[in-house]
Amino acid sequence: MYGNDFSAPGTAPQAQPHTEDGFEDFWAVVDADGRIEPRDAMPEAYRKSLVRQIAQHAHSEIIGMQPEGNWITRAPSLRRKAILMAKVQDEAGHGLYLYSAAETLGVDRADLLDMLHNGKQKYSSIFNYPTLTWADMGAIGWLVDGAAIVNQVPLCRCSYGPYARAMVRICKEESFHQRQGFEILHSLSHGTEAQHAMAQDAVDRWWWPSLMMFGPPDDDSPNSERSMRWGIKRFSNDELRQRFVDMTVPQAEALGLTPPDPDLRWNEQRGSYDFGEIDFTELFEVIKGNGACNKQRIGHRRKAHEDGAWVREAADAYAAKRDPGRTARTTEVA
Amino acid sequence: MPEQSRRDWPLWEVFVRARRGLSHVHAGSLHAPDAEMALRNARDLYTRRQEGVSLWVVPASAITASSPDEKDSFFDPAGDKIYRHPTFYDIPEGVEHL
Repeated sequence: MYGNDFSAPGTAPQAQPHTEDGFEDFWAVVDADGRIEPRDAMPEAYRKSLVRQIAQHAHSEIIGMQPEGNWITRAPSLRRKAILMAKVQDEAGHGLYLYSAAETLGVDRADLLDMLHNGKQKYSSIFNYPTLTWADMGAIGWLVDGAAIVNQVPLCRCSYGPYARAMVRICKEESFHQRQGFEILHSLSHGTEAQHAMAQDAVDRWWWPSLMMFGPPDDDSPNSERSMRWGIKRFSNDELRQRFVDMTVPQAEALGLTPPDPDLRWNEQRGSYDFGEIDFTELFEVIKGNGACNKQRIGHRRKAHEDGAWVREAADAYAAKRDPGRTARTTEVA
Repeated sequence: MPEQSRRDWPLWEVFVRARRGLSHVHAGSLHAPDAEMALRNARDLYTRRQEGVSLWVVPASAITASSPDEKDSFFDPAGDKIYRHPTFYDIPEGVEHL
């Protein structure tokens, strides 16, 4: 899954002017395409920007468990259920890798969760769309995770070491997510007429939101240039979106499904697919909190957190009983 | 109280041995109330696809690290000792197994 790191126009935090004074080592490493590690000196704006991006990404992973968790009990077979459970568990794992990376920047993961719960930090707007049918599990895996992979592969080379390393793990695991989604849609598309219609309906609903996951057009993406200078972002929103479309259209043909875009056609000259204009007003409404499921997702997240309080307390009490001093220990299992 | 106690859960660094014959390698970190829970969480988090045959969890507070600020002076002593590398030495042509 993926956390978009952009805001509705006029609501973005103002970019701080970055000064290079005193960070010669930092810029030497970044300009040589090296990796910044946690204890290196770094500009405060770089640190803050990374915290925001990694936290938002982590939040997206754990919120992203909900739309799919919604279908675990209704998966059509034991095979599909086992796969879906493994996928949702992976999303939790991805969130934890990312919180771990964020913490190397001097923030506390409990504070990050608080900011998710009280709305001070965001998660990807893609998860504010409802999952109405089983085919949505296919469309999410194929399109949403597919878009996430295109976005995330370049992050494996981002300038901040812990984030890059987390992304390597995540990307390895995402490819199973995308394939299982493709397989779901392939089965439905080649099933009964009703199943085919259900698959097409899911693609109709998830196609445009997936394209919006790459963010606003380049002309309208105020922080992109700075992120590129820092070596966090490697390709522009529009470049990545085009790459996704070019990869995905032939896959749609293999599925026997049609993206809901009458302007979609191969452009011989460009060697790419042309596609229709994206209606970003809808995206920005969802980001502002007016999507179908914004309140439900955060409400569920808060409730899960509160309902789990007794487990955390019990673990804490047990640890205190066994080791009143809570002394540091190292434990190994062979 | 519970929220406060959760914030106090120590941070554990996780090291994974991928298979016999290899060293443990740092994989990431996690929070847990005690070592046993840290191990179980590390198994679920870092070895979901059989990435390891052995795990270490180490309290992050127990690790002493060199400072990046002194990276030059700290590692300088090795910088001018190129004679520690075999490529430093001139060997006549035709001499083998050396």
